[in-house]
Amino acid sequence: MKEFSYRRATDVEGAVALLDADPGARFLGGGTNLVDLMKAGVESPERLVDIRELPLDGIEVTGDGGLRIGATVTNSDLAAHPEVRRRYAALSQAVLAGASGQLRNMATVGGNLLQRTRCGYFTDISSPCNKREPGSGCPAVEGEHRNAAILGASGHCVAVHPSDMGVALAAFDAVVSYRTQEGEGELALADFYLPVGDTPHRETALPPGALITAVTLPPAPVRSRYRKVRERASYAFAIGSVAAALDVRDGVVQDVRLAYGAVASRPWRARAAEAALLGAPAAAASFAAAADAELAAAVPLADNAYKVTLLRNLTIAVLTELQQEGTAR
Amino acid sequence: MTTTLPTTTAFGTSRTRVEGREKVTGAARYTGDIPLTGLAHGSLVLSTIARGRIRAIDDAAVRAMPGVLAALHHLNAPRVDGDYASLMGMAPDPTVRAFQDDRVPHWGWPVALVVAETPEQARAGADALVVEYAAEAHDTAFSAERADAYGVDGVVPATLAKGDEDAGLAASAVVVDASYTTPEEHHNPMEPHAATAYWQDGRLEVLDSNQGASWVAEDLAKAFGLAPGLVRVRSEHVGGGFGSKGVRVHQIAAVMAATELRRPVRVAMTRRQMFSLAGYRSPTAQRVRLGADPDGRLRVLSHGSVSQTSSVYEFVEPAAAAGRVLYDADAHRTSARVVRLDVPTPTSMRAPGMAPGSFALESALDELAERCGTDPVALRLRNEPAAGPLSGLPFAGRNLLACFEEGARRFGWADRDPRPRVRREGRWLLGTGTAAATFHAFAVPSTAAVTAWADGTFTVRIAAADIGTGSRTALQIVAADALRVAPEQVDVRIGDSAFGPAWLAGGSAGTSSWAWAITPAAEELRERLALGADIPADGLTVRSDSTAALAGQEPAERHSYGAQFAEVAVDPGTGEVRVRRMLGMFAAGRIVNPLTARNQLVGGMVWGVSMALHEEAVRDRASGALVGADLAGYHVASHADVAHIEADWVDDPMPGDPIGIKGVGEIGVVGAAAAIANAVWHATGVRHRQLPIRPDRVIAGESPDA
Repeated sequence: MKEFSYRRATDVEGAVALLDADPGARFLGGGTNLVDLMKAGVESPERLVDIRELPLDGIEVTGDGGLRIGATVTNSDLAAHPEVRRRYAALSQAVLAGASGQLRNMATVGGNLLQRTRCGYFTDISSPCNKREPGSGCPAVEGEHRNAAILGASGHCVAVHPSDMGVALAAFDAVVSYRTQEGEGELALADFYLPVGDTPHRETALPPGALITAVTLPPAPVRSRYRKVRERASYAFAIGSVAAALDVRDGVVQDVRLAYGAVASRPWRARAAEAALLGAPAAAASFAAAADAELAAAVPLADNAYKVTLLRNLTIAVLTELQQEGTAR
Repeated sequence: MTTTLPTTTAFGTSRTRVEGREKVTGAARYTGDIPLTGLAHGSLVLSTIARGRIRAIDDAAVRAMPGVLAALHHLNAPRVDGDYASLMGMAPDPTVRAFQDDRVPHWGWPVALVVAETPEQARAGADALVVEYAAEAHDTAFSAERADAYGVDGVVPATLAKGDEDAGLAASAVVVDASYTTPEEHHNPMEPHAATAYWQDGRLEVLDSNQGASWVAEDLAKAFGLAPGLVRVRSEHVGGGFGSKGVRVHQIAAVMAATELRRPVRVAMTRRQMFSLAGYRSPTAQRVRLGADPDGRLRVLSHGSVSQTSSVYEFVEPAAAAGRVLYDADAHRTSARVVRLDVPTPTSMRAPGMAPGSFALESALDELAERCGTDPVALRLRNEPAAGPLSGLPFAGRNLLACFEEGARRFGWADRDPRPRVRREGRWLLGTGTAAATFHAFAVPSTAAVTAWADGTFTVRIAAADIGTGSRTALQIVAADALRVAPEQVDVRIGDSAFGPAWLAGGSAGTSSWAWAITPAAEELRERLALGADIPADGLTVRSDSTAALAGQEPAERHSYGAQFAEVAVDPGTGEVRVRRMLGMFAAGRIVNPLTARNQLVGGMVWGVSMALHEEAVRDRASGALVGADLAGYHVASHADVAHIEADWVDDPMPGDPIGIKGVGEIGVVGAAAAIANAVWHATGVRHRQLPIRPDRVIAGESPDA
């Protein structure tokens, strides 16, 4: 492990100044991913700027009835917040589906968005990986890729984004606020992650040295749900997940939000499915057709075609549950 | 002297671990925690090719790094003899011959050790060491179809056979012919392998985390050409072993460095290194053919298994051996073959042979029950042999039927609807399954010393190991009963090769082997005290050696047994499988300490859940390396995967054993995966013959044409 310097920031401006857009420096939030990567030699920063004491740990209701979530809010606090549970249930469920209690007590909202893929080739520095070492190749395409992407990938990288929280945020049209030395900026989550293309090492549209300060959620349909499937019951990354919010009136879909996890290099907003559902009868046949509309673009590899079936089944199951929940009220 | 005669014996009463408080308060020191003045730290460097030669090692830059004391590799390391006869005459693990030549037989072969003042400096040096390789084409492709697989005797004969298989199959009304696979599986004890070596007064002292201190001491003496008495190995606390903690490169490298540097050196494996250096269970490809009469009575039992070994060692995973104990048939054939690949050397992992073998055999029995329309429990009862199917020897304490009968009663098996895929609860399909379990029961010659002190207390010294199982506590109970005193009066000292030769914590034979040695010494001491023997200031000691007593045992089929029951829920849409409850009924001898024995049995069953649903190491064919070789990538059951698991036992005194015991270390995992797989069939109507039963496999099973 390489030696590094460590500084603790107490305000946003100071944190950004300390980092100074230095590519060899990293912000340290909960450290639940960065420290692991440093131990594995995947990350070897020269400087760490600890941002855990920044005043970014609040959750506020916004003027339009949405939520503004500070970047250093812990996963545990986010999941337990009454407004999150009441109005963005899928977000609370997604956070609780991730990691373990101990990790959620440390992990932060900003860090969660920036966590790296758990692809086994990425985390092993003796292996080639275009994301870690541009141009070195992607052994996953021909090798172990059971949990690789089926949407939006390229021959250069088939890794999936590991976040559960991000899937719910994608469904809820989250907007990411950040701060650089030049000032403040915003990115819609839809624009936050870059396409894979031939630059899988470039993951986000954040400018150099930017510090995520908050995530803002606009108002959303009140009924929402997150379902995660993984290879054991707990403490594992998804092999497929769905965040959905549904508003049905007179048996017709008025509003729907749908996002998929573990299918792409980013939380995958299922816009084709949403388009197919708007105005359609809220019934299993529509839900299936919507999933098919989204998954028509899937390009599975030799060993991960099951994800197409899994996501189709999950979409139908989750939307059906939301529909029945609504009818029961 | 004042001896308190207890009113009841301690045997069979639940007692918490003697060292439990030390462990939960952190006072217990494991090998890597023990401080030593002048301690240096070694970090291993592993190969990053799967086959070839080391072309060059440039260590000049590393030697100049801060704190670095030495870099040992094949160009400068002390010579060791890796060709000696180790345990039971077998060759030692090939990593004992690390740093002896430029050959690289697999990915993750140890090629160098960097020693420094601090662990961080050693790690930095190891990371910086530049090793140039001349890579050669490698082959890591294991499969059932390997034409180069060959039969080889391991700890058991490769092939045992009787009768005419083809004729038997032709005459059978019902035939099951099915192939099964189990993946590469790893034992990763919580405490990584670690050893500290130093020289003191011309003797080699080694602190080590192992399953048998006298075994490791004897091997190190042989490897380094030292007189046996010159090596002392101590391992007071061991955080898990499961078959992995024998003589491996960490002790060898620590001794080399301590010898070169003339100061104490510790070498600990990292978690990732353990996946290459600590051994593992080979993948298996098995084929079971059963021929039976319409009522399920077996005419043919044929079970063949292929496993892999490295290019530098012949290790056989004896997966076909379970049938040699469980069932008889006129035509009976069990065989094991291996294929040599450019992979790390496999080793014994909890219930070697029996864990993967029982998955195939007991799944096939369930398939036979289905074909015959016979209840799976009734099928086992119908095929209960009167004597060893191949040996013809009498069984010493066979209570398999009692396990099934009592287990079925408690599990509620009688109410089971045999039809598959007829129970639903919301999105879940429910099913139940059962399987038989067996594991050999034996004892190996060991030595012990029991000392009486003037204050009425006693000390037992034996080179036993407590790898977390509670064996120290069990031995205290055994000794106290033989002495007829309260357990609190007996101090049990273990984990020190200076106490003399003793069997290791392995083969489910630790407690039985050690009890064979302790019991006569304690009884003799009690008699001498009863006759009024004086206790001198340095205590009155009786020593024992169980070699002669064990040699006098009558030949017999000695085994533990069990009946496993499982209930599962399967979501056919997502492929999720959840084990809702398990019951294991065992016949594993008299139980010394119900608290820790249940702990062992339940632990084995949890391992079975892991084996059935989660565990699988994946090797990248292009590189020959494992992918995701850490506990994030290699899944074992989490708490949420383990619902209600109950283990209990029937009365089963072992004939011929001084205190009637067998062993409980391994039987818990045997049959557990088969019971779960059979329950998954009952839930879904789909047979899963490949482990683990992953969501993608369940999804594929739902649409077999896709």
